[in-house]
Amino acid sequence: MDTSLLTRKSEYEWWVEQAGKMRVPAVLYASAELIHDMDPMVYEQATNVATLPGIVKASYAMPDAHWGYGFPIGGVAAFDPDEGGVISAGGVGFDISCGVRCLHTGLKREEVIPVKAELADALYHKVPAGLGSRGRLHLTDSEMDAMLTGGARWAVERDYGTLEDLERIEEHGCMAGAKPEEVSYHAKERQRDEVGTLGSGNHYLEVQYVAEVHDALTAEAFGLHAGDVVVSIHCGSRGLGHQIGTDFLRKMAVAAGNYGIALPDRELACAPINSPVGQTYLGAMRAAINCALANRQVITHLTREAFARVLPQAQLPLLYDVSHNTCKVEEHVLNGQLRKLFVHRKGATRAFGPGHPDLPPALRPTGQPVLIGGSMGTASYVLVGTAEGEARSFGSSCHGAGRSMSRHQALKQWRGRDLVEKLAAEGILIRSPSMRGVAEEAPAAYKDVCAVVDAADAAGLSRKVVQLKPLACIKG
Amino acid sequence: MTRPRWEHFAHEADIGVRGIGASKKEAFEQAAIALTGVIVDPQELTAEEVVEVTCEAPDDELLLVDWLNALVYQMATRRLLFGRFEVHIDGQRLHAKAWGEPIDVARHEPAVEVKGATLTSLRVGQEAGGAWVAQCVVDV
Repeated sequence: MDTSLLTRKSEYEWWVEQAGKMRVPAVLYASAELIHDMDPMVYEQATNVATLPGIVKASYAMPDAHWGYGFPIGGVAAFDPDEGGVISAGGVGFDISCGVRCLHTGLKREEVIPVKAELADALYHKVPAGLGSRGRLHLTDSEMDAMLTGGARWAVERDYGTLEDLERIEEHGCMAGAKPEEVSYHAKERQRDEVGTLGSGNHYLEVQYVAEVHDALTAEAFGLHAGDVVVSIHCGSRGLGHQIGTDFLRKMAVAAGNYGIALPDRELACAPINSPVGQTYLGAMRAAINCALANRQVITHLTREAFARVLPQAQLPLLYDVSHNTCKVEEHVLNGQLRKLFVHRKGATRAFGPGHPDLPPALRPTGQPVLIGGSMGTASYVLVGTAEGEARSFGSSCHGAGRSMSRHQALKQWRGRDLVEKLAAEGILIRSPSMRGVAEEAPAAYKDVCAVVDAADAAGLSRKVVQLKPLACIKG
Repeated sequence: MTRPRWEHFAHEADIGVRGIGASKKEAFEQAAIALTGVIVDPQELTAEEVVEVTCEAPDDELLLVDWLNALVYQMATRRLLFGRFEVHIDGQRLHAKAWGEPIDVARHEPAVEVKGATLTSLRVGQEAGGAWVAQCVVDV
């Protein structure tokens, strides 16, 4: 990105000053190196989002921002419905409520290493991964609606987990205001056999260990110590969410004109929050959030089953479950006034600071765990939300590494089988149905997650707690 | 005369599909092959089963998005991969047949699942030389 277009407000804060049709400035949080390597499309997209009706304060881009669909991936924007604010399907993304869940195991690295291959095989056998895989559940129409209303709570009520799990999930595992009746027949059909499946692309289930502790006090409060083994699950709302994204991107592209919204680009498709299309999308999107929460809950159950077979002494309680593709109604203070805002986070993680009322009592003193997934074979991080982040980005942080190379290029450069062997030699076992998929997800096709997390920390969006490194990865 | 062909183009996070042909219908057929090419080598697929698809949209670009999304839906719910397409376009309506075979994960090793066709880099039109191009980015 051309930095001459930006005003550098501080070492990690870059502004596109308000001009032309922009209603607010665009604010990019990143180091000089990350800004330099950032796609110029982020500048264009963050600037375009700043023109949308009802946007408040600024259009934000996180340190891992890259070219998305209308909104940049790594974009955060809040809208006020009373000022004609809009909701955008592209601002949430196709994989609604895609997110990361992290489970403790109570095990140390030395206990897992001797049975690592057996554990990787058991997980790969239990958790359906990749295109064409089906879950063990087949949902009837009434069960589909119950799942879309109940989220992870629905899964727990059917013995896929415990009540304690729900406390450690955003919205306590159940998103209010979901309207299954606003979800299309096509979306439900795509989901019928997909509950409890991982999906493909950058989704994974990883067995990891705490490689480095950056903040011992918070790590202790989170129950994380050097050498502890955890499991991270990265996936979303599967076919149902994808279809809702598809349905509403199309509907909003047609509707925006009817509502007199001049879009700088058609892909910014949106509708006023207080409009029939906006309200219908909200109901459907919230149902998709529940779908993602139910999906990660069922996968958690399958993970526990796999561990029970290989390491029966393991207990797998949740550290936390947080989504990074959502639009949520939140209260934020603006110019001393408490306002109810619709906060879009597309490829951005909610990062509430200490004392936030939405956090479970056990996490209120520290702030919210912010779970950042790396790419296959590289590090992941647990960060913590800060009070400062609340003021800087509506309590939001980065979500991952982001690609630095296209799939096409990656495929030319690597062979899946070679990568699997290379990673195995480094002590990281990969299980995947597709070697081409593995090549496209090559670790070096992604940006350095450490640089992204360092920038998020330095910019005050969230603070580093521990670094995680992989032992085994189930890849879709 | 433009030789019908397909290609992928780079998008930072995802992938672009582009169909090129002597007519709009041919460009749409090739874009569909490019969509399959995101997942497997389309030439490996046999025409065991046929599915019929119809869609209607207010303009050519949304018609392309609807066409590709209809295929994404058929692939997901019927668990098929399509290697051959026959498209008819009549004004704002599209009617098509898609031939393919059931997904066999062990044999096909599908690289990635397509979530949906997007409005990003979306374009349907005729080049200066007369060739038709139909393209957009698909989310994977």
